[in-house]
Amino acid sequence: MSKDIRIKKGLDIKLVGAAQKELKNAAAGQFYTIRPEDFHSIIPKLVAREGTKVKAGETLFYNKSIEAMKFVAPVSGEVVEVVRGPRRRVDAIRILADSAQEAINHGAFNLSGATPGDLKEHLLASGCWPFIKQRPYDVVADPAKEPKAIFISAYATAPLAADLDFTLAGKEAELQAAVTALGMLTTGKVHIGVGKNANSPLSNLSGVEKHLVSGPHPSGNVGTLINKIDPINKGETVWTVAAQDLVIMGELLLTGIFNPERTVALAGSAVSSPRYFKTKIGAPLSTFIYDDGVEKGANHRIISGNVLSGKQVGEEGVLDFYSNVVTAIPEGDDYEFFGWNKPVFDKISSSRALTFSWLQPKKKYDLDTNTNGEHRAFVVTGIYEDVFPLDMYPMQLLKACMYNDLDEMEALGMYEVAPEDFALTEFICVSKQPHQSIIRTGLDLMLKEIG
Amino acid sequence: MSLKDKLHVIKQRYAGTKMAPAFNALHTFLYTPNEVTHNGTHVKAVDDLKRTMNTVIIALVPCLIFGMYNAGYQHYLAQGAIDKASGFLGASFWTVDNLIIGAWTILPLVVVSYGVGLAVEFLFAVIKGHEVEEGYLVTGMLVPLIVPVDIPLWMLAVAVIFGVVIGKEVFGGTGMNILNPALTIRAFLFFAYPTWMSGDKVWVHGAVERDQMIAAGATNLDAMSGETILGAYAQNKTLAYDYWDMFWGIIPGSVGETSKFLIIIGALFLIFTKIGSWRIIVSTLIGALAMGLIFNAVVDAGIISDTSKFYGLMSVPFWQHLIIGSILFGAVYMATDPVSAAQTNKGKWIYGFLIGFISIMIRVFNPAYPEGVFLAILLMNVFAPTIDHYVVQGNVKQRMKRLKVKTA
Repeated sequence: MSKDIRIKKGLDIKLVGAAQKELKNAAAGQFYTIRPEDFHSIIPKLVAREGTKVKAGETLFYNKSIEAMKFVAPVSGEVVEVVRGPRRRVDAIRILADSAQEAINHGAFNLSGATPGDLKEHLLASGCWPFIKQRPYDVVADPAKEPKAIFISAYATAPLAADLDFTLAGKEAELQAAVTALGMLTTGKVHIGVGKNANSPLSNLSGVEKHLVSGPHPSGNVGTLINKIDPINKGETVWTVAAQDLVIMGELLLTGIFNPERTVALAGSAVSSPRYFKTKIGAPLSTFIYDDGVEKGANHRIISGNVLSGKQVGEEGVLDFYSNVVTAIPEGDDYEFFGWNKPVFDKISSSRALTFSWLQPKKKYDLDTNTNGEHRAFVVTGIYEDVFPLDMYPMQLLKACMYNDLDEMEALGMYEVAPEDFALTEFICVSKQPHQSIIRTGLDLMLKEIG
Repeated sequence: MSLKDKLHVIKQRYAGTKMAPAFNALHTFLYTPNEVTHNGTHVKAVDDLKRTMNTVIIALVPCLIFGMYNAGYQHYLAQGAIDKASGFLGASFWTVDNLIIGAWTILPLVVVSYGVGLAVEFLFAVIKGHEVEEGYLVTGMLVPLIVPVDIPLWMLAVAVIFGVVIGKEVFGGTGMNILNPALTIRAFLFFAYPTWMSGDKVWVHGAVERDQMIAAGATNLDAMSGETILGAYAQNKTLAYDYWDMFWGIIPGSVGETSKFLIIIGALFLIFTKIGSWRIIVSTLIGALAMGLIFNAVVDAGIISDTSKFYGLMSVPFWQHLIIGSILFGAVYMATDPVSAAQTNKGKWIYGFLIGFISIMIRVFNPAYPEGVFLAILLMNVFAPTIDHYVVQGNVKQRMKRLKVKTA
């Protein structure tokens, strides 16, 4: 039975610089980079050493603990550099792209004749597996585990998020192939959340459980979907896939080619004409951000991902493995005279303490990266609950993570959450605590101690 | 070079040194820092702890100013120099003479409270190498408002040191304390110097001094009386004030707690700005009314005779408990301290209710020291973590039940 989801607790952060619905092709980049840090907790075992020629879809490295799980090249070319960090950790693999692109063709995959085992093997070998993430722990899914359900959110509510109705339009065939395949991997259901008033390309897929979602952010977060539909209990696993990654997965199944092409929104107030670009995973951002968009060398921050949970990458950065939005906002590294007590009209606030964002709920704000205050101990209570729709106590859970109490973390619902679920509480935090990294550290501890 | 740049240079010079927190505390008072986010949310909402604390101070300022006028007014009234004011806007209340006396006696309390308290905070910040946290900004404002006007300054200084060190810093500073620091300071004064914290003299400026002069043999002077409403009730006396006097606050009492009218305005401001917890304020008042109703029922049932020493306060109509004593001030400014209060929304209801309930109980059953609000709040501060524990356990149990249903 499909269940509609209406979220009341939350906060829509409205920012200037949403991408216009206008699609351009990004220029082909010279170097493409894959960063193993995108795959949290996975230790890479390098296959393609410096100097190796690879085709698109050929293995670059695999997961040290699960050898079958391959991570592949987005383009064909030569591995020119393996950037290593402390203790010879692989930080990045750079590929000099060939001018004529070649890709490995696995051949179309016949879903109707395949067993779940065959399918898993295919996804693992072709490099599509890392698109499947699991909870608990918010890491790449463990293929040995049986998920009780698979969740996909096709409703983007994060600030300046790419409009999935636009970026995925016309991809119904790939989407359908991917969700049919995912359906084979679970004994439970494949749940898809689509916006209530949206015209989503995912709303007419068959073999899935569709949920109409409405309400402020984080109603589009997959964590919210899970919590409201089928919350995770101890010992259970669910898998999640981002809607845009279904396309790559579906294309692989239909054509046999790993095509890392993705429609990405370039947004934010530091972008003069925000719009959508067609580019590839691992592509250098310089191939599209300067193109009448971002002023080169200005005092701004380039984020691969959205302003709440994205990664700061800089102008020289690359599109990471999971993001479908690149955001550019001004840096806020300046002092503000009496910023703590004067009335504020141009910033968002969850209170009304001489802050007036409550007067203009529709206004779009141009926020910078200033913290608007210093880091403090937790003092104010009761504010996090107002933007946190999951059925748990956010501050108590954060504190449990801070003092590393595994029993308490487990009891308070740690298995159900991912760092992004705490993005809004971090945004409004009066004490400027780094909620997401506290949760990430807590999840890592649990992963290590409990597994 | 502008002030901003100059301060930035000095900040760089202090960076990493022992004195950095002290300088930063002053610097961030002028300018919000140039700190930027790292990974995590790249943008942040505007509210910080300074703004939060500042909002509470704004809500307290009317009480402080009124307290100054009232101190002068009570002083001259007890001397017989002026007539009783009629209502909030009474002609003999808002006079410059009253303000001068009030400011002369109360500003030193404010200065000592902030000076001593912040000095202790700075000292701890420098020794322990953390930033100076803003908690004391509110505490420092609350302290002068909850003490008798004539309290000797050295006593206040000693109490502030005790309250900040034992009430807060030993637990790890702002955010970690169990007891409300302002009430810890008051409790210290109350038990260490009881003669200065109760009775019918200390509430009016000059009354104690006048008594001492009379005792020393001055024959041309009359004693000044400054009994509080509660004191009068506790001794089953008839009242010299009507309800409007109590509501407007033109009565003797601690410096800032007398005007129920201004406290209600402050409460509305705190609730509107979402800084004060309306749950705690409302539930405290409900708790107080509930206890008042119980006592009224006891009196109505004839269980207690009018010769009993409890009769006076027990027979007070239940709603009047809200305008006598400092229950309202406690509910709005003290019980709502987020650190020492219950932290879950459900817990706040229970916590507040019990504060109101116990306050009135202490008020009625302890005629020697009739105001029980601060004791009730301190008591519930201690129990707040227990309340939260059970509320959170409710959520945990639900999660366990979900698991059991699944596995069964």
